Amino acid sequence: MLRILKSFSKRMLRGLFKKRESIKIGFYGPPNAGKTSLANKICKDWTGEEIGLVSRIPHETRHVQFKEKVEIKHKGKTLILKLIDTPGIATKIDYEDFLKYGVKKNEAKKRAKEATQGIIESIQWLDDMDAVVIVLDASENPYSQVNITIIGNLVARKIPVLIVANKIDLRKADIDKIGAAFPDYELVGISAKEGTNIEEFYEALFRLAKKI
Amino acid sequence: MKNKKLRGLSLQVIPFAEIDKLSISERVKKILGIVLNNKIVIIHGRLRAEEEARLIEDTMALVDHVKNFRGIELAVIEPELSGRGIMTKIRHGLAKKLVGDSEALTVVGPSSIVKEIKKDPRKIELFLG
Repeated sequence: MLRILKSFSKRMLRGLFKKRESIKIGFYGPPNAGKTSLANKICKDWTGEEIGLVSRIPHETRHVQFKEKVEIKHKGKTLILKLIDTPGIATKIDYEDFLKYGVKKNEAKKRAKEATQGIIESIQWLDDMDAVVIVLDASENPYSQVNITIIGNLVARKIPVLIVANKIDLRKADIDKIGAAFPDYELVGISAKEGTNIEEFYEALFRLAKKI
Repeated sequence: MKNKKLRGLSLQVIPFAEIDKLSISERVKKILGIVLNNKIVIIHGRLRAEEEARLIEDTMALVDHVKNFRGIELAVIEPELSGRGIMTKIRHGLAKKLVGDSEALTVVGPSSIVKEIKKDPRKIELFLG
């Protein structure tokens, strides 16, 4: 009996401690918006290591990838995060699209198959997030149903959201358009590749963590 | 499914009442069943966020298993309520609770036919292949 009580209290304490120790932040968005680039930037800044590979070919990330215990310090405060980088969510996958990037037919078919499974994996992971950073390409039209579906699902699950308009270094980038599409959410414009506005992003990340 | 030339266009309109009583799985199955027959579905109403996510999940599972099926294009058109009076918004909210979001229209088409749906707050454009 004593042993059972001991193990129960141990598990309870571990559970409480774990919750305080690390916050699960998911990176969601359409393919090629720069989710992995941003996750890499954060990991490089605070751990010196990257989380995954980036490519100009869409659906480079085809499995959920993690980085545990990323400790971020900002203005005397500390956040310990578990970063969860997810495959881009799309409603269609055509292997022929990969051929345009010089990928061979068999490899393109394999990539398409993995990409479909990656999308399913991304959606199934939604329930496990404490907060989500939605990464959008600032040079693309934000009024895509996929973006609305992702945000709608997070709202339904009461998961706090931060929207990042990435690629603001591009000439076609239009942050105001993204702000107009999602006026109810905090928005930060950055370039993960160039490191532009990253300090502003970290400040927003601390505010996001407070909402949990 | 992957037509080189568009020979015809088939639309199927579903009144919300027709899918209202169905479970999430049945709704998604019904929509995808029509889409797999190369038809564009227009639902008088909108799916809930979790149903849209399920639609994407099941679509991806089908892309993996159905030869030449590449996925869907999906868009929802909703009435513009900003700038309208508070009574209109209350009426809309009440109607939404009672009979679902019946003022919205959901368009789902096979991506082999609907190449792109361009949407902004005022209009929606379907580009067919």
